[in-house]
Amino acid sequence: MHRGYIGLFAAALILLGSCARHESGLTPGPGFRKSLQEALIQAKPGSVIEIPEGKHDIDSPLTLSVDNITLRGKGMDKSILSFKNQTTGPAGLMVTGNGFTIEDLAVEDTKGDGIKVKGSDKVIIRRFRAEWTGGAKETNGSYGIYPVECKNVLIEDSVVKGASDAGFYVGQSRNIVVRRNRAEGNVAGIEIENSVGADVYENTATGNTGGILVFNLPDLPMRGGQVTRVYKNQVVANNLGNFAPKGNMVAKVPAGTGVMVLATSKAELFQNTIKDNQSYNISILSYLTTGNPIKDASYDPFTDSIHIHDNQISGGGNAPDGRAKQIGEALGTPLPSILYDGVVDPKKKRLTADERICIENNAGATFLDYDAGNGFKKPSRDMKAHTCSLPPLPAVVLPFES
Amino acid sequence: MRRLVLLCGCLSASCGFWSTGVRHVSGEPYPKKLSGWRLFTGQLAKLQPNERVVPYDINTPLFSDYADKRRFVWVPAGTTIQYRESEAFEFPEGAVLAKTFSYPGKIVETRILVNTRNGWVGLPYVWNAEQTDATLEIAPDPVNIDYKNPAGEQLHFRYSIPNTDQCKGCHELGKRVTPIGPKARHLNKSYPYATGSDNQLAHWMKAGILTGAPAPEAAPRNAVWNNPATGSLEQRARAYLDANCSHCHNPKGPADNSGLYLMASQTDPLRLGFCKVPVAAGHGAGDLRFDLVHGSPDESILVRRLNSVEPKVMMPELGRATIHREGVELIREWVASVRGGCS
Repeated sequence: MHRGYIGLFAAALILLGSCARHESGLTPGPGFRKSLQEALIQAKPGSVIEIPEGKHDIDSPLTLSVDNITLRGKGMDKSILSFKNQTTGPAGLMVTGNGFTIEDLAVEDTKGDGIKVKGSDKVIIRRFRAEWTGGAKETNGSYGIYPVECKNVLIEDSVVKGASDAGFYVGQSRNIVVRRNRAEGNVAGIEIENSVGADVYENTATGNTGGILVFNLPDLPMRGGQVTRVYKNQVVANNLGNFAPKGNMVAKVPAGTGVMVLATSKAELFQNTIKDNQSYNISILSYLTTGNPIKDASYDPFTDSIHIHDNQISGGGNAPDGRAKQIGEALGTPLPSILYDGVVDPKKKRLTADERICIENNAGATFLDYDAGNGFKKPSRDMKAHTCSLPPLPAVVLPFES
Repeated sequence: MRRLVLLCGCLSASCGFWSTGVRHVSGEPYPKKLSGWRLFTGQLAKLQPNERVVPYDINTPLFSDYADKRRFVWVPAGTTIQYRESEAFEFPEGAVLAKTFSYPGKIVETRILVNTRNGWVGLPYVWNAEQTDATLEIAPDPVNIDYKNPAGEQLHFRYSIPNTDQCKGCHELGKRVTPIGPKARHLNKSYPYATGSDNQLAHWMKAGILTGAPAPEAAPRNAVWNNPATGSLEQRARAYLDANCSHCHNPKGPADNSGLYLMASQTDPLRLGFCKVPVAAGHGAGDLRFDLVHGSPDESILVRRLNSVEPKVMMPELGRATIHREGVELIREWVASVRGGCS
């Protein structure tokens, strides 16, 4: 009788074990792409697909559309999907399923983007690496980690190196956390574009052309990028020559850009260490400074409600590049720590109290409003007009983190 | 007794061991072999349509590496397709669309779209070397192709067969998989049926598989991209963009995030790409500023991307490993002919 119970118990344990639904049995070597792709297509929602240790050669893009799948390797330096021999596809990994998690894995040398996630709700990318191993080259793919039209996005403890556009690029998304990542050797380190509600913190952006960019651009389905908090980041010496193809928006970013806020509303930059960025440490710009025509009638090209406070800002401004170089030639170098184009919506004449550009408590940081709207005629280095405060922006709350 | 009932239930044409009609499939499991669908009779490679399987063609097709494409439609007996003026037609459950891709002497693949009880599903069948049958492969490997194009160039390329996810990459509309080809404007043309030539919409109506279609003259019709008798340069170019781009580049399609929308119905020049700055085009943009520039194909990103086979540059992103020189030439001519400018 007793023995019977033990047998039942053992059977129950075996059943429980099989409920975890781990997909394994992927063996490295020829045919790896095909068996991995078949696993991605046939995966049951909720399952985990394990990528074994090793450098796996993948020649065409991998796709995933099943919901609630975890793709897990043995570590970002141990389980590597190498796309060196990729012949087709605009990305290495293309994900459209909801509830997607990828962790402890790397993609290398994709012809286009590293990983693109489109239209997903709940995306977790952690301890993930996207890298172009030949260093910074114009022929590298555009984006390393690229969620677009997603909501509830967490990107943490990840690394991107060598992207010829943005390393970390979150576009047209909502409710985003980007934390503790490292962006190095990309054109843009981290870029938040046309998105609403993003917390970007404790990241390191160094050795890129530009460290952290917050953009709102025209002609896209989702406009009105706003509510972005950039805090406790290390944005140091982003002085890499710009190697983006010229037609791209980031091709306009001067080498030596720390943080750039472009045409965005409601951004709060605080407690960051921003230093030794040779064009400027921080710039606040309207879209008009890009020189691109605006055909999109419902687009707001102006920047307002920006609060920059309690940052450690030092060095830089000594060797401005591109557009910043012209400003330096007109108004003298080194450029100050915080550069503002001074362009205000002409319909508004002046900004209301809560639309202002407020700069406070940045330990001796210097400032220049270079009056871009009037050909640098009335530049001002006086920060007094911007000595003000704004209420703190709300923190992003991810539904799966509490 | 129970066995007898089962037997009787299966005497309809589409079910059972003795049946010869097309197999009615409403969900998994799917036939592992193309022959299992019974869409064709006789030697499979000859693609002789089974009873009630109707061949069709479209005015301006998607370019697929110069592959010859043969299309067939089937709907279960007693069901009909509902006509729509601009969207894809509404198909009954069980409907099958089959498209076979081949080069001289080599059938490569047959793609089946089947309207299951959970919506449309795309299934790629890869033909065997003996050309006797094709096998369902959800993640097929690319196939090497040697082909001499119409300009006499000998092409060697890796032809990629889409996996079942990539089917959605083109066929998804607002998160639902939908057919692309069977729209009024694509089908409104004549077809040389065994019984004589007839307009396809009229023929489908007469065959009782389509309801609600107006007379062909009253239905929309795309130009044939390479036949000037069917439309002006602009109409042919727009038909080409409609067929090659708009399945993704529309406000509900996979490229909705681009803001570039290329459906035949598009009238806004900005949405069509004129003076539109690219945003996340990455390498696609190269050194160019706008998607299209009036009069300047060489300054137009759209032309650059059609004229490339680099994975990070080329458009469409999938299903093409060669450049469609004749198609690129058509778009170049059209862009060159458009007046205006971007300042």
